[in-house]
Amino acid sequence: MRRILMTLAAPLGALLLTLIISSLALWAFGSNPWAAYGDMLGHAAKLDTQVDIWNRATPLYLSAIAASIGFRMNLFNIGVEGQYFLAALVAAQVGGLVSLPQVLHIAVIFLVAMAVGGAWAGLAGVLNVTRGINVVISTIMLNFIAVSGLAAWWITAWQAELGEGESLSATNLGTTPIHDSGLLPHITGFVETFTGDIRDNNPVSGMLVVALLVGIGYHVLLNRTTFGFDLRSSGMNPFAARAGGVPPKRMIVVAMILSGAVAGLVGLVEVFEIGKFRPNQIQGLGFAGIGVALLGRNSPLGMAFAALLFGFLDISSVILQQTGTASREIVVIMQGILLLAAVVAYEVVRRIKIREEARATAEALAQGVAA
Amino acid sequence: MTALSPRFNALPTAIKWMVYALLGILLLTIVQSIGATDKLTSAPISREMLRWSLPVLLAGLGGLFADRAGVVNIGLEGMMILGMWFGAWGALEYGPWAGVVIGTVGGAAGGLLHALATVTFGVDQIISGVAINILAPAGTRYLSQEVFGSPTQSPRTTGIGDWDVPFLAGGSIFGWDSPDILLTVANWNWWFVSDVADFSRGLLRGTSILAIIAVALVPISAWVLWRTRFGLRLRISGEQPQAGESQGVNIYAYKYAAVIISGALAGLGGVVISSPELSGQFLEGNSGGRGFIGLAAVIFGNWRPLGILLGALLYGYVFGLDLKDLDGTASHALLLLNAIALGGVAAWAITRRRATDGVLAGLLAVGALIWWLASETVPGWWSNILPYVVVLLVLVFFAQRLREPAAIGQAYRRGGS
Repeated sequence: MRRILMTLAAPLGALLLTLIISSLALWAFGSNPWAAYGDMLGHAAKLDTQVDIWNRATPLYLSAIAASIGFRMNLFNIGVEGQYFLAALVAAQVGGLVSLPQVLHIAVIFLVAMAVGGAWAGLAGVLNVTRGINVVISTIMLNFIAVSGLAAWWITAWQAELGEGESLSATNLGTTPIHDSGLLPHITGFVETFTGDIRDNNPVSGMLVVALLVGIGYHVLLNRTTFGFDLRSSGMNPFAARAGGVPPKRMIVVAMILSGAVAGLVGLVEVFEIGKFRPNQIQGLGFAGIGVALLGRNSPLGMAFAALLFGFLDISSVILQQTGTASREIVVIMQGILLLAAVVAYEVVRRIKIREEARATAEALAQGVAA
Repeated sequence: MTALSPRFNALPTAIKWMVYALLGILLLTIVQSIGATDKLTSAPISREMLRWSLPVLLAGLGGLFADRAGVVNIGLEGMMILGMWFGAWGALEYGPWAGVVIGTVGGAAGGLLHALATVTFGVDQIISGVAINILAPAGTRYLSQEVFGSPTQSPRTTGIGDWDVPFLAGGSIFGWDSPDILLTVANWNWWFVSDVADFSRGLLRGTSILAIIAVALVPISAWVLWRTRFGLRLRISGEQPQAGESQGVNIYAYKYAAVIISGALAGLGGVVISSPELSGQFLEGNSGGRGFIGLAAVIFGNWRPLGILLGALLYGYVFGLDLKDLDGTASHALLLLNAIALGGVAAWAITRRRATDGVLAGLLAVGALIWWLASETVPGWWSNILPYVVVLLVLVFFAQRLREPAAIGQAYRRGGS
C-alpha cells in the first residue's frame, strides 16, 4: 500500500503543481481557471471528443515507445522527429506507386515505414559504436538533415502528377494518393458496438489497434525475453551487462534500429487518414513523444496514460479556442510544466525510496547484531 | 595547420588566427575564380555571415560555460526562445537597451530552472533540457497571445544601433567623415588583396552594437574560464568535482553560476534574433534550431571559445550566402570548397595511416567534385542542411581528437564518491 502511494505521489503531485501554476497564469491574465477546466472536462465527456483524443493519443503513444526503447538503454534518441517524418514520406510514396492485394499492400507500407525509420535511427547507432559520436548530437543533426534536407527534397520531387488543366492546390498537393487497398481500415464500426454512434466524418483510426499491439509487444519484449533483460541491464549498468556477456555495441545498434522502426509507425496514422503524404504533415510528434515517454516513465502502461493525457490536452486547446473561456495556449503551458514537474517529482521520490531502503537495511542489520 | 612550424606556433593566438583567416579568404578567392561567381568574398556576404553567426555564437558560448561545469545544456534552444520573447517585450515596453537586459535575464531564468532541476534535484540533464525545450516555446506562445494579442508574433522592435569603424570603413568621428580605406582598396580590383579588403569591410561597416558585444564575449569568456579563479573552479566542477570538493570548492554554487550564465548567453542570442539585426520582432519558430547548432558549435570547436567562433562563422557563412544567392551559383561554388576540404581530410588521414578514414573522405570528396562538375546550381535544401552535414562529418573524422570535459553529463552529489 505504501509502495503504491509512493508511486502515485509523484504524478499526482506534479499534476497538482501544474494546476496551481496554470491557474495562476490564467488568473493573471483575467481568465477564469474554473470555467476553462470545466469546458475542457465537459467536452471530454462527449463521445466525439473522446474519439479525437484517441486519434491524437495513438501517434503520441507510438512516438513515446520509440523514444523509450532508447531511454531504457540510456540512449537518448532525440531523433524520432526526423525518423517518423522521413519514414511516413517514403512509405506514402511507395504505397502510392504500387498496387497489390489489400493485406500485402498495407504490409508493404508498414515494412517500408519501419525500415526507413530503423535505418535512419540505426545510422546514429552505427556512428556511435564505430566513431564514438554521442547519440544526442547525431540524432539532432540527423533530424535537421531529414526534415529540412531529404524530406524537403523528396516532397517536391515526388509531387503527384497533375491531371489535364489542373493546377497545384491544397487538395492535390502531396504524394501520389494511395489506392484504397493500401489504407488500414477504420475501426469505427467495431467501437460503435460498445458505444453510441460516432459522427461519420470522425473515424477511429485502425492504428489504435497497432499502437496497442506495439505497447503489449514492448511489455513482453522488455519483461519476458532475454533481449529485454539485456536491454534493461545495459541501461542500468553497462559494465555489469558487458561482464555478463551482453555485446554492448550490438545492443546499441539493435536498440536504435528498433526504436527507429517503431518511430516509423508514428506518421502512418496521418498517412492512412489522408491517403497520402502532404507537405503540411503534422510535425512535432517526435518531441511530444519524448515528453510522453518521460511522463510515463518508459513503462508501457504509464506511457499509455500519459499519451491520453497529452492527447486530451491537445484536443482541449481546440475546445478552448471554440468556447473562448481562455487562451488555447494555456494547454501547451500545462504540458510543459507537467513534464518538468513530473521528472523532478520522480527523482525526488526515487531518492526518498533509496534512503528508506538504506534505513531499513541498517535497522535489519542492527537487529541482527543485537540478536 | 598547427604542424607548420614551431616558430609559427610560438606566435600570439590573435596573429595565428589572422593568418588562418587570410588563408581562408585566399581559398575562397581561388574557388571564386574557378567557379563563375563574385559573391564569395563580397562585403554583403561577410556582413550576412556575421549577422547569422551571432545567435549560434552566443548559444555556443552558453553551451561552453555549462559543459565546462559538467552540465549538458540541450535546453539552450528553449532559453534562446525565452530571450527572443523577453527581448522583444522589453524593447517594446522600455526601450532597446532594456530589451537586451530583460531578454538576457529571461534566458538566465531558463538557466536557473535547468540548474534547479539538474543540480539540486539531480534530474538527468538531457531530460531536463528536453523538458525546458518543450516548456519555453509553450510559455512564450501563451505570453504572446496575452500580451501581443497574437500567439506567434510581436510588433516591430527598435534596435540599439550600429557603428561604422572610422578610417577602415569610413565611419565618422565627431561629425567628420573619415576616409573609407577598405573601400578604396576593394575598388582597385587586385586579385586577393581587394577581396580581403571587401570581405573585411563587410564586417566593419554598419556593424551592430550587439555584434560587437557578442564578438567581445569570445575573448571575455576565454579570459573568465582560463585566467580567473572563478573559471578554474568552474572548470574543476566539470572535470573532477570530487577533487574540487576536497579543496573546499562549493561545486553546487559553481554549477549554478555556470548554467545561469549559459542561459543568459543563450538569452542574449535570442535578443539578437528578435532585434532588428535579424528579425526585428518576436516571431515564433525564428530561433530555427540555432540553440542546437550552438551545441554543435561547442563540439566542433572542441570546447574552446575561438573554435566556437569559427564554427558559428562557418554556419553564418553558409546560411548567409544562401540568402544572398538567389540563382544558386555561389552556393554551387561552395561544393568545390567542400571537395577541397574533404580531399584535405583524406590526405591528412592517409598520412596518419588511417586507411578507412582516407578512403571514406576521398570518396566523399570525389562525390562532391562530380556533383560540382555535373551541375550548374545547388538546390535550396542542400544549403539548408550543409551546416549539419559539416558538423556530422567533423564528428565522423575528428571525434577521437576532441576532448570533452571529463565529468560532463554526470550527476554530482556532494559527499558522494
